[in-house]
Amino acid sequence: MNWILNFIAKKPNSINVISSIVAIIMGLIFGLILMFIVNPGNALLGFWTILSGPFASTRDMGFMIFYSTPIILTGLSVAFAFRTGLFNIGATGQLTVGAFFGLYVGVHWTFLGPFHWLVAILAAAVGGGIWGGITGALKAYRNVNEVVSSIMLNYVSMYMVNLLILNTIYGGRSEALRPASTARLPVLFLDNIFPRSPINIGIFIALIVAAILHIILNYTTFGYELKSVGLSRDAAKYAGIKEKRSIVMSFLIAGAIAGIAGGVMYLVGDRTFRINEQLLEQGFTGIAIALLGLSSPIGVVFAGIFYGSILRGGDAAQRIFREEIIDIIIAVIIYFSALSLFTKQVISGYVRKKTKKDVDFAQKEGDVG
Amino acid sequence: MTAFINDLGFIFSYAIPVMIALMLVSLGGLFSERSGVINIALDGIMIMGGFIGALLVLYVGRPLGLPTQAMVLLALVGGAVVGTIFSAAHAFAAIHMNSNQIISATALNMFAPALAVFTARTVGGTERINIVDRYRLDIPLLADIPVLGTLFFERAFLSTFIGIAILIIVTFVFYKTRLGLRLRSVGENPQASESLGIDVYRMRYIGVMTSGFLAGLGGATYLISFDNRFNGDFLGLGFLALAILISGQWKPIRLFIFALIFAMLRVLANLHDSFEMLAAVDLPGQFYRLLPYLFTLIILAFFSKESQAPKALGQAYDQEKR
Repeated sequence: MNWILNFIAKKPNSINVISSIVAIIMGLIFGLILMFIVNPGNALLGFWTILSGPFASTRDMGFMIFYSTPIILTGLSVAFAFRTGLFNIGATGQLTVGAFFGLYVGVHWTFLGPFHWLVAILAAAVGGGIWGGITGALKAYRNVNEVVSSIMLNYVSMYMVNLLILNTIYGGRSEALRPASTARLPVLFLDNIFPRSPINIGIFIALIVAAILHIILNYTTFGYELKSVGLSRDAAKYAGIKEKRSIVMSFLIAGAIAGIAGGVMYLVGDRTFRINEQLLEQGFTGIAIALLGLSSPIGVVFAGIFYGSILRGGDAAQRIFREEIIDIIIAVIIYFSALSLFTKQVISGYVRKKTKKDVDFAQKEGDVG
Repeated sequence: MTAFINDLGFIFSYAIPVMIALMLVSLGGLFSERSGVINIALDGIMIMGGFIGALLVLYVGRPLGLPTQAMVLLALVGGAVVGTIFSAAHAFAAIHMNSNQIISATALNMFAPALAVFTARTVGGTERINIVDRYRLDIPLLADIPVLGTLFFERAFLSTFIGIAILIIVTFVFYKTRLGLRLRSVGENPQASESLGIDVYRMRYIGVMTSGFLAGLGGATYLISFDNRFNGDFLGLGFLALAILISGQWKPIRLFIFALIFAMLRVLANLHDSFEMLAAVDLPGQFYRLLPYLFTLIILAFFSKESQAPKALGQAYDQEKR
């Protein structure tokens, strides 16, 4: 135990990562307790399956990466908004609109040849960006709380996209048509490494987006302006930043990333857009991932892969427990992420007492806890 | 013209149970937000209330052979109690732990449907819980009053009367009692309230947990009087209630009016086929389902500019701040 304490004392920033890990552990413990209540005989087996399932074979690992791709992107969308002081609970709506734009191009614009999939992804980004931009504009110019407006827009997008799909790319049996083969994301060499899994280059798209965001947020004036508006709208305005335009831009970018997630999800061979009255959960999961990843693009990538792993683990454990157990675990993880400030206080107090060092645990910038 | 008035009356009679549910949930939001705590967990709490209501009807009321209205009462009380307990998790995080209030509420919103569907599937094999039954009742004598009698007392729901009673009580408590004044004051300026000897933490717990009580009650009401089957969620009705709270500028009577408008739009999605006028236009059903949300957005765009939100809304209470 001591080396951990000394490590924290030497690197005070690591306390943020540790509070994320504590949240994950609390979520898993809660899940385990629930499993014991429902089915005591199989609880440990089910729990072990969730943790180890994704690593059972290269095929499972392929699934894990495939599952984590849209989640990383929605996580990046929410994290980017967080860093600029905004809460993007509308990622699911932006993702839905993005999916429609991507599918529309993917189904109809077959003349694009080898660039087809790339244009379809860009179209998805445009769709999500427009949808996010509406929220941003309403906040900047009409003072509408972004949480409530984006929740309304989530439902509007669900019904609107259902309508649009029925009228433009309907394939029968409450499903959209599948995208043309040229519009599906290339697999490259990945199916050699992860045979019989649906993996494609979507994961590289997610990684590229993460890298771009990392650069924008940390090394550009533009990113600095967006962040300063998030810290204090009035101060930023006083400093000469066009604060309204910044808010719209933040939401435009966050929406575009969530839109790309929609494109990545549906520009594949074996998943169709189903017309029903259910919001796509990937948008909400993005919130959890952004929190766990401490709103940093690199952290989000790791958190997203963690989520992909327990999702695949949930697949494997399905014969023992209903898959909603995963959603419950995630919800508990978010709750404990919200308590991160408390977790940090407990840990830092403990570290100070044990190591008898006066450690400065200052709040990190962009920290939403 | 008479056909139009008849149509309106028809929508109205359908809209009443939805209005009552929406109003209860937004009154819940009122308690929480006027005490200074944002509560976007209303939706999750509402789902929890509806879910517990359905379970109680199916696994307690029916096996015991309770009379219908006793069963309704059981579901309503059960929903309200569980809503109160559930909201305590948000209260604890928001009031004592200085957590980001939106995030802890989002956790509750995700937790409720997941737990509901998980339990329903584990117990019954499917996420759907059907409680279809005849829960309506005729009030003798009053039902014979022309127009009003037909609208309010014939084939009515117990919850409608409970809801109206609660609206009156809440308005009274809010504006005419010491508790109401204190609740409002900690939402505006907690430091000043504390200096006058008001326990800010205690007031906020009362605010959030009362909101849990009302939102849970609202969820059970909606289930019993409108939906009749539980599917895991209520299509964002709790968020609509939150929008009503903002559109109604955090004032009880205005909430009532907005709840009525939203409820009528909401039931239009189920009823539009039965009107000659609307059937002739032949808009797709999805369009009507989209309407209440779009309407909310437009209303918010108009009403948010001069928001009269409680001044300390969303801020954790810090005794040392002045």
